[in-house]
Amino acid sequence: MSGATSVPRKAREEAATGTVAEAWRGYVNKVRGGDVGSLPAVLGFVALVIFFSTQSGTFFSLLNGANLLQQAAVYVFVAMGMVFVLLLGEIDLSAGFTAGVSAAVLGVILTKHGMPWPVAVVGCVATGAVIGLAIGMIFARLRVPSFVVSLAFFLGLQGAMLGIIGDGGTIPVRDETIFAIMGRNLPVVWGWVFAGAGVALYAVLGLVQRRARRTAGLPSHPPTLMILKVVGLAVLLGGATYLLNRERSVNPVLNSLKGIPVIVPIAAVFVVGLTFVLRRTAFGRHIYAVGGNAEAARRAGINVPGIQTACFVICSAMAGCAGIVMVSRDTSVSPSTGGSSTLLLSIGAAVIGGTSLFGGKGRIIDAVIGGLVIAVISNGLPLMTSEASAQYIVTAFVLMLAAMIDAMARRRAAATGH
Amino acid sequence: MSERSHPEALLRLRGISKSFGAVQVLAGVDLDVHAGQVTALVGDNGAGKSTLIKGIAGIHAFDDGTYTFEGSEVHVTSPKQANSLGIEVVYQDLALCDNLDVVHNMFLGRETRRRITLDETAMERRAVETLRGLSVRTLASVRQTVSSLSGGQRQTVAIARAVLWNSKLVILDEPTAALGVAQTEQVLKLVRRLAHNGLAVILISHNMNDVFEVADSIATLYLGRMAAQVDARTVNRARVVELITSGRSGALGLAAPEEAQA
Ligand SMILES: Nc1ncnc2c1ncn2[C@@H]1O[C@H](COP(=O)(O)OP(=O)(O)OP(=O)(O)O)[C@@H](O)[C@H]1O
Ligand SMILES: [Mg+2]
Repeated sequence: MSGATSVPRKAREEAATGTVAEAWRGYVNKVRGGDVGSLPAVLGFVALVIFFSTQSGTFFSLLNGANLLQQAAVYVFVAMGMVFVLLLGEIDLSAGFTAGVSAAVLGVILTKHGMPWPVAVVGCVATGAVIGLAIGMIFARLRVPSFVVSLAFFLGLQGAMLGIIGDGGTIPVRDETIFAIMGRNLPVVWGWVFAGAGVALYAVLGLVQRRARRTAGLPSHPPTLMILKVVGLAVLLGGATYLLNRERSVNPVLNSLKGIPVIVPIAAVFVVGLTFVLRRTAFGRHIYAVGGNAEAARRAGINVPGIQTACFVICSAMAGCAGIVMVSRDTSVSPSTGGSSTLLLSIGAAVIGGTSLFGGKGRIIDAVIGGLVIAVISNGLPLMTSEASAQYIVTAFVLMLAAMIDAMARRRAAATGH
Repeated sequence: MSERSHPEALLRLRGISKSFGAVQVLAGVDLDVHAGQVTALVGDNGAGKSTLIKGIAGIHAFDDGTYTFEGSEVHVTSPKQANSLGIEVVYQDLALCDNLDVVHNMFLGRETRRRITLDETAMERRAVETLRGLSVRTLASVRQTVSSLSGGQRQTVAIARAVLWNSKLVILDEPTAALGVAQTEQVLKLVRRLAHNGLAVILISHNMNDVFEVADSIATLYLGRMAAQVDARTVNRARVVELITSGRSGALGLAAPEEAQA
C-alpha cells in the first residue's frame, strides 16, 4: 500500500525540482502545510508601509527610510541573539538589561578610564558573554527553568546598572568611532561596493552549492530559480542603496546627509556570520537538534548542556553588541538604557519574523524582518497620533498576532504531517 | 582469528546478571546472536528485555557474566564504546528530531565535515546510497523533514541510521509497536534485509506474528532468566507463548520451579 502511494509522490517530488513553476508549487504546499516562515512578516511589513504612507506625507521619505533602519537596529541585534535561545525552546528575559549593563561597562571604560574604543568594545561584549555563561550554566547544569533564571537576572542586572552608573546619573560617551555606528553614513561609493559585494557573494555561494550537488549526482534547483533570486536580491539591494545614496538633508549646503547608515553593513556582517554558524556548521545543526528533540540529541552523542550554555552565551554577547548600538544612538548610558520595552520588542521581532517560541524552528533573518516590522510601527504610529497608548496597544496586538500564527502553524503542521 | 569463518556467534553472553539495588532483574542469562540472522528477544512485560539490551548497548554495565563480541571478551561501559564495536540501537521512540530532515537525522551527532563546514552533499549521497542498499523506495525525498513522515517511514530512517556506520549488530526495541499493518510489513521486510546484508539483528517484540515472520532464532526471557533460545523453525507459536507465560514448555525451558507448584 505504501508502495502504491509512494510512486506518484516520488514523481511529484522529482518534478518539483525541475521547473520554476514546480518549485513555486512546492513552496505553496509548504506554506499550506503550516511552514509559513517569514511570509506573514514580509506581507505585514509591506502592508504597514503602504498604510502609513497613505496616512502621513512624511512617512515615505528618504530621511525617514534611513531612520527606520536605525530604529530597527537595536531590536535586530538583541533578536539575533534571542533566536539562538528561542531555537532551544527557551527564553532569556534579561537580554535587555544585559545590553544595559554591557553598555555601562563600555561607558565606564571609555569615559571614566579614557581607554581606546577597541578595549571598551571587547569589555562590553565580554560582559555580555559572562552574564550569558552564568545564565546558561544555571539553566543547563542545575536545570532551573530559563524563565526563572533570566527573570532573576532581569532584576539583578537592573541593580548592577544602578550600582555602576549611580541612581539618576548618566555616563556621556563622546568617542567618535562609537558615535559613527549610528551617527554616520557610508560614502556613496562604498555603499555601491557593499551592495555589489552582497549580491556577488549570494550568487557565488549559490553557484558553488549547485556545482557541488551536480557533481555528486544529486538533484538541484532549476537554474532559472537561482537567477530569479539573484536578480531579486540585486533589485532590492540596488534600489535601497540608490535611495539611501541620495541627498536626504533638509539643508544640504549646511549639512549633507547621504549614504547607507554605518549600522547597516555591520548588521549585515552579523546576519551572514550567524547564519553561517546556524546553517553550515555542526554546532548550528546541534542547536536545531536540541531544540527539536533534546533526548534524541543526547542519544546521538550531542553534549546537550554544552549546546544550551553556548546559546545563552551567544544571546547575551549579542545583547552586549546591542548595548554598543544603544550607546552610539544615545551618546550616553543611563540606568534606563536597555530597559522599558526593549526586551519584549526584541523577542517580538524574532517571533514576528517567524522564529518559533516552541523551539527548533527559526533563522537569523527572522530577527531582521521582525525588527523592521517593529520599527515601522514605532516609527509610523507617532506620525499619525501622539497618543503613547496607541503605540503600546498596536505593538501588543502585532506581537500577539505573531505568537498566534506561530501556535497555529505548529498545530497545522502536526495535523498535516509537515 | 578463525572465529569469523566458524559459525560462531558474533555476540555471546554467558551468565549475565544485573541488579538494581535489591531487585535482581537478570540472573544467569545466556544469549547467542549470529551474523546474518534475526534473533528475536521475547518475554512478558518486566521480563528484563530492555535491561538486557541496555547492557549490551553500554547504557549500564552488567554486574556479572561474560560478554564476548567477535570472539573476544569485552567490557562495554558506554554507548560510545558499543558504537565503536559496531553495535547500534534503534529505540522505539525519542530517536529522531522532527524539525530536521532525513539526512540530518541519519548523520546526527556524527556529521561529515569539510574543515568547519558541514559536507551536505557527501552526507546526502551516502544517505541515498544507504537507503538504496536497503531497498527503501518509500521516501520521496531525503530532504523532507522527519515530521512529514509516517510512522513506518520514521522507523525506516532510524534503522537506516543504524546501518550507516558499518555496524555489525543492530538492536531494535519494539520497532513495529506503533505501526499499522502495511507499515509493519514494510519495517519487517527491512529487518529481513539487514540480516540478508550480513548484519546480526536483535528484535524485541511482543507480536508473535512479527517474530515468526522474520526470526531465525527465538530467545525467551522469563522473570529475568533465559527460559530457552531455540531455532525458530523447530517451535510453533503455542510453545513460544507457553515459554513466555510459564518459562517452560515440555522439554524446553527452565527446570520446574521447586517452590511454586505444589
Ligand atoms: N533502573 C531501574 N531501577 C530499578 N528497577 C528497574 C530499572 N530498570 C528496570 N527495572 C526493573 O527491571 C525489570 C525488567 O524491566 P525491563 O524494562 O527490562 O523489562 P522488559 O522486558 O523490557 O519489559 P517490557 O516488555 O514492558 O518493555 C522490571 O521489573 C523493572 O521494574
Ligand atoms: Mg522494554
